[in-house]
Amino acid sequence: MLAKRIIPCLDVDNGRVVKGVHFSEVKDAGDPVELAERYSEQGADELVFLDITASEQGRDTMKSVVRKVAEVIDIPFTVGGGIKKLEDARGILLSGADKVSINTAAVKNPELITQLMSIFGKQCVVVAIDAKRNYDAAPGKTVFAGKDGRKFWFEVRIYGGKEGTGIDAVKWAREVESRGAGEILLTSIDADGTENGYDIQLSKTICSSTRIPVIASGGCGTSRHMLEVFEGADVDAALAASIFHYDKSTIEKVKKYLKRNGIRIRL
Amino acid sequence: MAGERESQARKGRCDLARIAIFDYGAGNLFSLQSALERNGAESVEIIYDLKHLHRFDGLVLPGVGNFDPAIRSIESGASELGKAIDSGMPVMGICLGMEMLFNRSEEGKLDGLKILDGDVVMLPRSKVKIPHMGWNNLRITGDSRLLKGVREGSWVYFVHSYRAAPKSRKIVVATTDYGVSVPAVIERDNLIGVQFHPEKSGDTGAVMIKNFIAICDNGSGAR
Repeated sequence: MLAKRIIPCLDVDNGRVVKGVHFSEVKDAGDPVELAERYSEQGADELVFLDITASEQGRDTMKSVVRKVAEVIDIPFTVGGGIKKLEDARGILLSGADKVSINTAAVKNPELITQLMSIFGKQCVVVAIDAKRNYDAAPGKTVFAGKDGRKFWFEVRIYGGKEGTGIDAVKWAREVESRGAGEILLTSIDADGTENGYDIQLSKTICSSTRIPVIASGGCGTSRHMLEVFEGADVDAALAASIFHYDKSTIEKVKKYLKRNGIRIRL
Repeated sequence: MAGERESQARKGRCDLARIAIFDYGAGNLFSLQSALERNGAESVEIIYDLKHLHRFDGLVLPGVGNFDPAIRSIESGASELGKAIDSGMPVMGICLGMEMLFNRSEEGKLDGLKILDGDVVMLPRSKVKIPHMGWNNLRITGDSRLLKGVREGSWVYFVHSYRAAPKSRKIVVATTDYGVSVPAVIERDNLIGVQFHPEKSGDTGAVMIKNFIAICDNGSGAR
């Protein structure tokens, strides 16, 4: 049977990993290739690189990073961030990435999902959905009740969570599946950065609304949070950034903990 | 053919494999090329037609793209491919590259290459999520040169929506479990098919790639 995947995420700005990554054994903490190798040795099942570079010039830097990573890494990796059109995705895939993740571009132009799928196959196409609880009543949304009884729906947000779209995340997840996405990278904007745990309700809802693999993201602070999301929702993978960025918690430790607690893990 | 004699003479001196990867024009071949180079291939060349296969010791049909476009890109070289396989050239089809070797696939409308007897069918949609994406175990069911040194239960990386349903189960040497028993490795003499991606399967995949390169070495020596 299929194992649950543990996926570290690396933010890359102008070819350098940022966001406080620190390993005592890694000489150059900002080198994406060295960090990718290290995560792979620790037992990461996949890697995600998020390109947060603002300039166009920096995007070419990302392609050369992708190429170097593909030369040394023998596990799959996804590249997201800044992919606006078909040509951007093609450039990243031909440089050696296994999958591309599209977010804002998919919302602005859903046809892009279908185009990518028909050229490269759906296994290459990850649609990232950033969702946030919206407590304003709106017609036609899938409504949930929180612990405090307040009603809300999950709204798709774009531009790194900065802008609302009015789109229902449940509906959008179904649409990206029918358009040919091979996987959903689901980030809770409410939970992201809190290190208080994943949004289980969001994960559960999206998993039960679709039949493609879902990666839970946002909020992971401890191994226990991963256990909770695997037990609470039918997600296929858990993505995390900060907990792996320091030597105190390695991927191996997290995976051993999950396995001890009955989760199917590759060790 | 002069080319073949030359290739054999060269082999006598240098015991390393020259491997070709066929490009359907659909995406990432760089990881596969790097993996073959990392694991000891003498040279790895990406080729766009199958006219000059005699220059190589082995061929890989990669696993990226869609069935019909891939078939369209390889169709004109189908007879060369058949001849190369008959002559004993080691050929490894990965994922789609393996699926293409069968009679037909539910993914496409075009006929397959009909080198292996059987069909390619969709995974059981009602039971499991599709695509089958991630790490799954191998159940080794037969003798295999590709799996030499690979332990029962080893993890390998799958990403596919269809599976092979070969007429003869004898050619299936390893399976994996995903709602149904999925043929994971197929071997018929010098013809190898894998449903997973050895180039993305960490250390286990590296063992298989080394084995394939060794088969290419031996194969070219025997020819």
